[in-house]
Amino acid sequence: MLSRVADSLYWMSRYLERAEHTARVLGVQLNLMLEQDPRSSDRRWLRVLGSLGHPGSVTENSDPFTRAQTYALRVITGGIASARENARQVREQISSEMWEHLNRLFHEVRRMESAGLWQSQPLDFLAVIVESSHLVQGVTDSTMNHGEGWQFIQVGRFIERAASIARLLDIYFHEFPAGQPMDAGEHMEWIGLLRSCTAFEAYCKVYTADLRPERVAEFLLLNNEFPHSVRFAADHLQRSLEAINQAAASKRSPRVAKIAGRLSAGLMFTPLEEVVATLAQFFADIQKQCARIHTAIYEVYITYPVEAAIEA
Amino acid sequence: MATPGFDEPRIASGPFANYHLDHAFDEMFDSERQPRKHYRALYDLLLKLPAEEMRRKKQAADVSFLHQGITFTVYGRDEGTERIFPHDLLPRIVTSSEWQTIEKGLTQRITALNMFLRDIYNEGRCLADGVVPREMVYSCKHFRRQMRGVTAPKNIYVAVMGTDLIRLPDGRFVVLEDNLRVPSGVSYMLTSRQVMKRTFPELFQHTDVRPIDHYPEALLTTLRALAPEGRGEPNIVLLTPGVFNSAYFEHTYLARQMGIELVEGRDLVVHDNVVYMRTTGGLRRVDVIYRRVDDDFIDPLAFRSDSILGVAGLFNAYRAGNVTLANALGTGVADDKALYAYVPKLIKYFLGEDPILDNVETFLLTEPAERRHVLAHLEKYVVKAVGESGGYGMLIGPHSTAEQREEFRERIEADPRNYIAQPTLMLSRAPCFFDGRVEPRHIDLRPYILCGDKVTIVPGGLTRVALRSGSLVVNSSQGGGSKDTWVLQ
Repeated sequence: MLSRVADSLYWMSRYLERAEHTARVLGVQLNLMLEQDPRSSDRRWLRVLGSLGHPGSVTENSDPFTRAQTYALRVITGGIASARENARQVREQISSEMWEHLNRLFHEVRRMESAGLWQSQPLDFLAVIVESSHLVQGVTDSTMNHGEGWQFIQVGRFIERAASIARLLDIYFHEFPAGQPMDAGEHMEWIGLLRSCTAFEAYCKVYTADLRPERVAEFLLLNNEFPHSVRFAADHLQRSLEAINQAAASKRSPRVAKIAGRLSAGLMFTPLEEVVATLAQFFADIQKQCARIHTAIYEVYITYPVEAAIEA
Repeated sequence: MATPGFDEPRIASGPFANYHLDHAFDEMFDSERQPRKHYRALYDLLLKLPAEEMRRKKQAADVSFLHQGITFTVYGRDEGTERIFPHDLLPRIVTSSEWQTIEKGLTQRITALNMFLRDIYNEGRCLADGVVPREMVYSCKHFRRQMRGVTAPKNIYVAVMGTDLIRLPDGRFVVLEDNLRVPSGVSYMLTSRQVMKRTFPELFQHTDVRPIDHYPEALLTTLRALAPEGRGEPNIVLLTPGVFNSAYFEHTYLARQMGIELVEGRDLVVHDNVVYMRTTGGLRRVDVIYRRVDDDFIDPLAFRSDSILGVAGLFNAYRAGNVTLANALGTGVADDKALYAYVPKLIKYFLGEDPILDNVETFLLTEPAERRHVLAHLEKYVVKAVGESGGYGMLIGPHSTAEQREEFRERIEADPRNYIAQPTLMLSRAPCFFDGRVEPRHIDLRPYILCGDKVTIVPGGLTRVALRSGSLVVNSSQGGGSKDTWVLQ
């Protein structure tokens, strides 16, 4: 498969996942804001900005709420436009159904934006993003050949998911350290965290509605059956990279699968007590490993130096 | 539309109520207003089928085009840049003997043009012998001095040619122009046949139409024949300028049909004069490039340095013989509209044969006598800029204003090499379907000629239609459409 095509498929998928995640996080926070003390608002939106990976420049003088809104909208609309543009570049490599749905989503977002839906009905706006993203992913899985190209789509989706959930957890556990008594407000925030990962119902099935931060961490980090847990994402990431390794048959590519395997193994074999004892470290490490996997993918499959490839 | 004169003949039956004949050659009816033999089946069917059924067929064909994504890009529009290619429902039919002449004539033409290209980029015999003036070749903007001394594999410079033929009132096919750089449109020929088979199965059953579906395979065979020596299983790719190109649909279509990789300039790298493509499995050597990128943009080191569509170093790899480009670079010199006037002489010179297909009478405005004559009668001639295509930069004398003629007069006098003049030509007409009625429209024909180990011409081509009544301009950028072309056994 051409490197350019792999690159486009990877980013198409990452951008879509990012838009979906952002829309869900924002939707949850807008909901929580309704029932909360307006005085805590600034802290909330600073937290949202952090969890969405906002670079956090100090020169901005608008209030955190406005800043978070503007930033999230940009991530969502920009993400969908970029996902579509990447798909367009490899139009003949994806199924017509995928292209149609992604293209439709792009035009729908533009329509909703110009109709002012973002201001008047933000929750409806965000719901459309999340639903359409699910639709595109479902259509992808059921209409596209599950070959190398599809595996790159998987890689894009799960690397983005693993990194963004780790970042979200990082911010939450920093703000609400585990092991301290929880008030009603905080209780709502933990539910919010689970909802941001579509995990509330799944969590309840495992642990009942008895919310404890360590359990939330355990569930979102280590559960191997829930699609929005870091472990699940890491497992799928590794599996897809393994499949790509087989398909591409590049001499240097076991390297990527190995790095991904390390992330997956860390999540699989680190004892829970150890994870809980070093949470912040653990979250940071996951994000670092995701970045390393990304770099390795580029070095091995996409932008490898010509000289190295000739000698190989 | 002008009301036809009292004694102007017309076919006054059924859907043909509006079908007027004039002095242009009519593909369906002879001068006695009788349907020609090879159009009889279609004629009978049109009389028999209710208008409603025809409309249904037209609709089904439209939907089919849309679903197959047979579109072309319209530049300069924000949304919906892709449009369906306008097409006409009724096939254009060519008899077996007509086709034989076309086939022989085009084979002769591509053979001579390849010899001419080899000659001007090497020994230059035809220049020394004065068959073509040197300045005519060297002043052509598509002449590539970088190609001096470069010999293409098997001396094939033009592997794919699209030649536009028109039919004069006396029924003869003549060559209007050649396209030797990156001719396009063949995907419309192939897909429109698919659609027609679905739309008119009854007609296919009773007509011996020769198949054209093997074109992609023939193209692949041609490209393979041109691979550098010693490359056992050559890796052949199609190089596209990318999604924004108006023919991108065709590029994806042909790549898919041939089962070869569709690459962009950024997918290719040149190392030690060898071309590779970047794949996830590492670099893979490329042997033949069917390139759909113009000369100017193909290598920023050798040609336009501002091009980002090409591959740095590609030309050197080509010159070293490590990769084949089809078509070769610099072939545009032979489809220059002024050089066109010399093609009959070139056929005679290189092959010792008389041209089987004639040219259209062409006035070279560099010749003082011809220039004086044309300038005195501008209202009778069509003046074309030699380097333009797609119907741009033209003066159509009979439809021009005094002001336009004055403007062209000045332009011609300023740069006579840049223009040629031809008499206004009556293109032949063929029946077209318009909402229940059949009306005649002017058409041309572009067959595609492949040249590898041998010359292959798939029996058919792109018949382009001037969809506006009375119009003689068939270019798709100027309101033209297409028709399926049936060559009979």
